[in-house]
Amino acid sequence: MSALIEVRGLRYRYDDGTQALNGIDFDLRPGDCVALLGANGSGKTTFVLHLNGLLTGEGFVKVCGLPVTKENLPAIRAKIGMVFQDSDEQLFMPSVLEDVAFGPANQGLKIEEATARAHTALTQVGMDWAAAKAPYHLSAGEKRRVALAGVLAMDPEILVLDEPTTYLDPPGQRELLKLLKELPQAKILVTHDIPFAQSLATRAVFFEKGKVVAEGSVSQVVGQFDWHL
Amino acid sequence: MHHVLVEQWSRRASWLHRRDARGKLLALVAILIAIGTTRIDAHAALAAYALLLITALLAARLPVISILLRSASVLPFTGTFALVSWIAGDAPRAISLLEKSYLSALAALLLISTTPLPRLFAGLESLGVPRLINLTVQFLYRYLFVISEQAQHMRLASRCRSSGKNNHGTRSRFAAATGSLAVLFARSYGRAEGVHRAMLSRGFAGHFPLLAAPRFTLADGGFLTAAIASALLVRVGL
Amino acid sequence: MHIPDGFLTPPVWATLDILAVPCVGILTRRAQRATDESKLPLLGVLGAFVFAAQMINFPVGPGVSGHLVGGTLLAATLGPAPATVVMTAIIALQALVFQDGGILCLGANVFNMAIAGVLAGYLPYRLLSKRKSLALFSGAFLSVLVSACLALAELLSSGVKMPSGILGVSLGFFVVSALIEGGITVAVVKAIDRLNPAWVPAPQQSPRRQTGWIAVAAIVLAVAGILFASAAPDGIEKLSSDLGIASQTKALFSTPLADYDFKALPSEWLRKAAAGLCGLALIYIACLGLERLLRRRALPEA
Repeated sequence: MSALIEVRGLRYRYDDGTQALNGIDFDLRPGDCVALLGANGSGKTTFVLHLNGLLTGEGFVKVCGLPVTKENLPAIRAKIGMVFQDSDEQLFMPSVLEDVAFGPANQGLKIEEATARAHTALTQVGMDWAAAKAPYHLSAGEKRRVALAGVLAMDPEILVLDEPTTYLDPPGQRELLKLLKELPQAKILVTHDIPFAQSLATRAVFFEKGKVVAEGSVSQVVGQFDWHL
Repeated sequence: MHHVLVEQWSRRASWLHRRDARGKLLALVAILIAIGTTRIDAHAALAAYALLLITALLAARLPVISILLRSASVLPFTGTFALVSWIAGDAPRAISLLEKSYLSALAALLLISTTPLPRLFAGLESLGVPRLINLTVQFLYRYLFVISEQAQHMRLASRCRSSGKNNHGTRSRFAAATGSLAVLFARSYGRAEGVHRAMLSRGFAGHFPLLAAPRFTLADGGFLTAAIASALLVRVGL
Repeated sequence: MHIPDGFLTPPVWATLDILAVPCVGILTRRAQRATDESKLPLLGVLGAFVFAAQMINFPVGPGVSGHLVGGTLLAATLGPAPATVVMTAIIALQALVFQDGGILCLGANVFNMAIAGVLAGYLPYRLLSKRKSLALFSGAFLSVLVSACLALAELLSSGVKMPSGILGVSLGFFVVSALIEGGITVAVVKAIDRLNPAWVPAPQQSPRRQTGWIAVAAIVLAVAGILFASAAPDGIEKLSSDLGIASQTKALFSTPLADYDFKALPSEWLRKAAAGLCGLALIYIACLGLERLLRRRALPEA
């Protein structure tokens, strides 16, 4: 099967001259769940921001067969669902339902269809009861679920999750894990949470100074870099 | 906190809660105009408005006493001016200032306690409030609590640091406050960029999708007519 | 100072609503052109920042503290038109959700703080772009003073009586608040500038010095003028009767309303309102005209 994501020789330099990415090669295949590990500032988040064109560097990035170019951005952003670390930034609409319907409405769906999709996605994450609520009345775990519903409503083929377990209590983490395991999409996890990565990811990639320096099973990579508590 | 309670009220179910936000906004303006143009010595008319508003509170199944108390938040400001007017020898105006500003605040609180904000924003938009302002109000309200919470944390943190050291002069505390605000600004700026990133990731292309504008039903028309008629009746009749 | 409903008389709030609507409309359209789509959330989030900033107290002396009002800070960081939009949003939210400030007199509050306040705060900043601290200080000072004086003038023209002693104390209080706002604004904007200079963009090319200063002077004089006119309408009346225009003015302002049921409104009240409103209308026209002028001068260079 062809790769969902293909990255070759990706380089990116920040405005201040820091070389954030220094030649990354990466592949994601259907059914994969890859954990991106590495120190803070090693380029993991910068890397995932290239996948849907929020940042553009030198090199070559292809998502679902489409090169990441300006013309392809709407299609690519519909295929990659990004869940950011801070749910408060992700949930910006006045009510949960409007927020989850935001993505589908941007895809050009009629408002009734978008709302229907939003309800389906909310049901999928067990949050339909909160549809009329304002986001700031939700707990951290609930917000994370709604954020996930917001991207699921767009029917993506890939999920990118940036530090999905931060701010979640252990039961919240457990429920999120269960939910993510049930979702069929290929996934990329950016995380420091090794137990979480071990229970979910099929593969791990280790970032160091803007480069991928190791690849393998989560336990292998963790062992190689002494990457645990 | 104020808004949390009001928001819970706004999500209750009653005939008044179900009315269209535009109808309620226009009804509010009508009653405010009636109150505003009433003679300052027409206490009977002002009492009638109060009765009207309390009837609406009861119809909306809202906690009357709490809302009556809450509307008093306008009184410190009004009270100051009432006192000044009274000192200046204009006692009737002093009383009227208190009455009118209190009733106006009560009417505004009635609207906000029967209308969830998303619906109010949608109503304002279809009444012609510019999109940019409406979006700004929405984002403002959305992040008000998030950023206020950060401000609280910073205040707490700076209090923890400064406790026990009484030699902290005004100058250094001023500098600390300045630093806090600058950092709060930086975080707010960063947050806005994060929000924009999240918007783009979900396909934002420059236009906010509008959820379907609610329909203005016959009942809404009836409510608006009744509200205007009763305001007018009191204004002209009493 | 957010004026609640019940204070201003109908001619005062109605006029200010009518003035504020096109003003906000024009500024919103300008803001829309000046704001690229990526800044949409920024306006709201910075509005929330200004709201939250009021929780942080700045000690300025023994037992005295103040907090940021923010109009000038917003104008310096976002530009004047977007700053007006943000201030309007803040004032509207305060009126609707927090019952802080009235709804009928939303136009008055928006005019005082979001339009006149922001413009008065921005003009010096734009004129003195080379001496940033002085510009920010005088901008913030003017901004608060102009807003407060306008609010006071509106109250006085609505017939709220104030003994001259109290009036003097209030004015003194306004000046102190304005000085505090100046100090806080300079300190905070400089600190923000140190964190990231891109957050405090230099104002657009300065217009010709003189025009700008005339603009500032005109605003200050006009505000002082209406304040005086509304505080001492008798003086104005005496002046105009000396000049022989009082009767015409009276006729002009009472005739259109004579057919309606305005008997409840004493004619003295009308005169006061008229005096105040004429002044406000003048300021409005002055602000708008100057802004146009400044923009036109800035355009060829931009």
